[in-house]
Amino acid sequence: MDRYALSTIRILDFTWAWAGPYCTKLLVDMGAEVIKIETNKRPDVARWLPPFADDKPGLNRSGRFNKRHRGKLSIAVDMTTEAGCDLVRRIIRISDVIAENYSPRVMKKFGLEYEAVREIKPDIIYVSLSAFGATGLYKDYVAYGPNQAAMSGLANLTGYRDGPPMNLPTAIADPTAGLNGAVAVLAALYYRSKTGKGQHIDLSQTEMFTCLVGQPIMDYVMNGRALSRDGNRHQIMAPHNFYRCRGQDKWVAIAIASDDEWHRFCDALGNPSWASDEKFSDQLSRWRNQEELDKLVEAWTINHTPYEVMEMLQKVGVAAMPAFNGEEIYHNPQLRQRGFLVEVDHPEVGKKVMPGVSMKLSETPGGIRGPAPLLGEHNHYVFGDLLGMSPKEIAQLEEQAVIY
Amino acid sequence: MAGVKVLEYADLISGPYCTKLLSNLGAEVIKVEQPKAGDYSRSVGPFPNDVPDPEKSGLFLYLNANKLGITLNTKTETGLALFKELAKSVDILVENHPPQEMEDAGLDYPSLRQINHRLIMTSITPFGQNGPYRDYKAYDINIQAAGGLAYVTGDAKREPLLTPWGQAGYQAALNAAIGTLSALYWREASGLGQHVDISVQECIASILGDVISFYSYMGMVKPRCTTLSDLSGVTIWPMDIYECKDGYVDICILEPHQWQSFVDLIGNPGWASDPKFEDRRLLFERTEGQEVPDLGPLIKEILKKYTVDELFHGGQQRRIPITPVNDAQGVLHFPQLKERGFFVEIDHPEAGRLTYPGAPFKLSETPWSLERPAPLLGQHNKEIFSNRLRYPKMELVKMAEAGII
Repeated sequence: MDRYALSTIRILDFTWAWAGPYCTKLLVDMGAEVIKIETNKRPDVARWLPPFADDKPGLNRSGRFNKRHRGKLSIAVDMTTEAGCDLVRRIIRISDVIAENYSPRVMKKFGLEYEAVREIKPDIIYVSLSAFGATGLYKDYVAYGPNQAAMSGLANLTGYRDGPPMNLPTAIADPTAGLNGAVAVLAALYYRSKTGKGQHIDLSQTEMFTCLVGQPIMDYVMNGRALSRDGNRHQIMAPHNFYRCRGQDKWVAIAIASDDEWHRFCDALGNPSWASDEKFSDQLSRWRNQEELDKLVEAWTINHTPYEVMEMLQKVGVAAMPAFNGEEIYHNPQLRQRGFLVEVDHPEVGKKVMPGVSMKLSETPGGIRGPAPLLGEHNHYVFGDLLGMSPKEIAQLEEQAVIY
Repeated sequence: MAGVKVLEYADLISGPYCTKLLSNLGAEVIKVEQPKAGDYSRSVGPFPNDVPDPEKSGLFLYLNANKLGITLNTKTETGLALFKELAKSVDILVENHPPQEMEDAGLDYPSLRQINHRLIMTSITPFGQNGPYRDYKAYDINIQAAGGLAYVTGDAKREPLLTPWGQAGYQAALNAAIGTLSALYWREASGLGQHVDISVQECIASILGDVISFYSYMGMVKPRCTTLSDLSGVTIWPMDIYECKDGYVDICILEPHQWQSFVDLIGNPGWASDPKFEDRRLLFERTEGQEVPDLGPLIKEILKKYTVDELFHGGQQRRIPITPVNDAQGVLHFPQLKERGFFVEIDHPEAGRLTYPGAPFKLSETPWSLERPAPLLGQHNKEIFSNRLRYPKMELVKMAEAGII
């Protein structure tokens, strides 16, 4: 059995920050060999963002970086030199995929835009995860994940009913761009296996995220209405909210979608008198009176821990889950039992737990291929073993500071 | 993906968006719905003029355009037999039903592999195919809670906040598509299918940014926070949504040169020349007890004097990541989306001609394609059951009468 679906694929990875690295993370977990090109002049932004091991900053110490780049290889090349660009072109000749997440002017500056790369590697699959796409009047504008959520309309819809629009704290547009990029690369790989042809993938992060705002966009198209923030409300479900539980900042999410679930919910609570109130007798009346209903539900949840509520309600088939914090996620029995959380040993920071592969394939499960690379850790493997350069040649390049 | 056949047995967003991605890449998708009721999204909306109509749900129309639609009552023996016949003839099955339900119906992967060893079966469930929560029920809000996203979303002083409009489903769909396509690529070499097990909780726990790392590296529980600033809630560089004269902008400054340009954009206010605001990155190395000067209030005040366009274009001319915060109207009229032809128009026999979001990415050799509107309930029964599975027309009538199709 081959553990990895993509063990024959090599990716040359120019990406940085999060969107691009997440794309190649998905592919390295499936077994692709990912070679990340780095420079110490301008290290990946994630290398200097917290959390740091022992709270001590350092290029190899960031939890952010070490999670996003696990299993990848790192080479440090000065691409402002002609010799550096030449090395990169030699790696391109033995690669299947190129990934980058810059505005279109950046790769062009190095003479490494798709049209140029295709000349030296005709069947290359080249994925560009730019903010606005490769064409159009804003193509050279810059934006990060939070900006994408803002332009797509989702940030404007996220927030309390009475409050301003909000950034999504974990900037989910970034990994979402990575996910879309990986879908496109895999489709292109499939096409290449059938036809032998490579192609360019022009992914606009604004566009991929706008695809996830389906209902509000369709509502505007159908009814000319631009929806606003609605807190935790659902269009038809009620109760549908986070309810405070016993303990410090403990919450449970409860959602009830039908009369049947409502009756089972009331049974689990021991059928309090308010449960039979006409105001809550059907789905529409519950939805209309949800503010009042929320208070009654919370008056019950506040006496229990989120776990107790989850167990009591799940037993009768009602959807209730605690809002797990970082510590609870870390120890979560479901995630642990499925082997989702994986401990990875890193030469500089030691053993740390990180999320594993987010899809379980029965025959080719993939996995974390190793820790994140130290900056430039794999120069000798890539230039020596892959490109066949002699130790003397490599030493010379090091001397000239083309690689370091 | 021309020539690839997909069977979809799924409701709402996760399964349908996964197969929509495959469909727009050229795969043929046959969508299985229960007779009469159909996909649950048909009853969710939005609807034109807010009048519910199972053929006019904006969510259904959007997620199911380009697919063929059949009805099949999988609670009947004949229905199940038909389902298995279809599963035999396809490359990929995408479903999002509870594991126990699939097992009870004999539609679990071990059973289906017996009849089609090349089948790639992708199952999307809230918690995956095993583990103590396997049979738990969870809607979008519950799974955002269970995946750890809700706890960190919103104001620390208030309740957690939902990331709205079905985002857990979309995340699961993307992960499912990656699992499915990886399996398809591997099948090219091995000739074997496999089971792809997607837990939505895991999909959400994968995009928490640094929530797990903060605990793993520092034993620290990342709090709920309305800004993207440093953990203390202090603005080191502007990374937030700011109110301005005529709306909101999103500013996300990560690098020193962006900060310098931003200071220039807002007219070099006096406080900005203070060296403590210069290389703010040094603040990450601050020692315990050292005071961190908060830029938040100063920046909020200044930005109110500008319009969205002044900040957006003025900022972008200086290469600062500043963008508008669009509402749906702003999205539909966003010049860049228009110029790139992002939105597409589709004619639907019941809902008429409408504008839809288009391609999430553009492939140069195998462009995103959209050939037909979402199917009416059971629209392709005849084509699939009589033309492909070779059931005589009279059988179809009988099956319809028996509530099987």
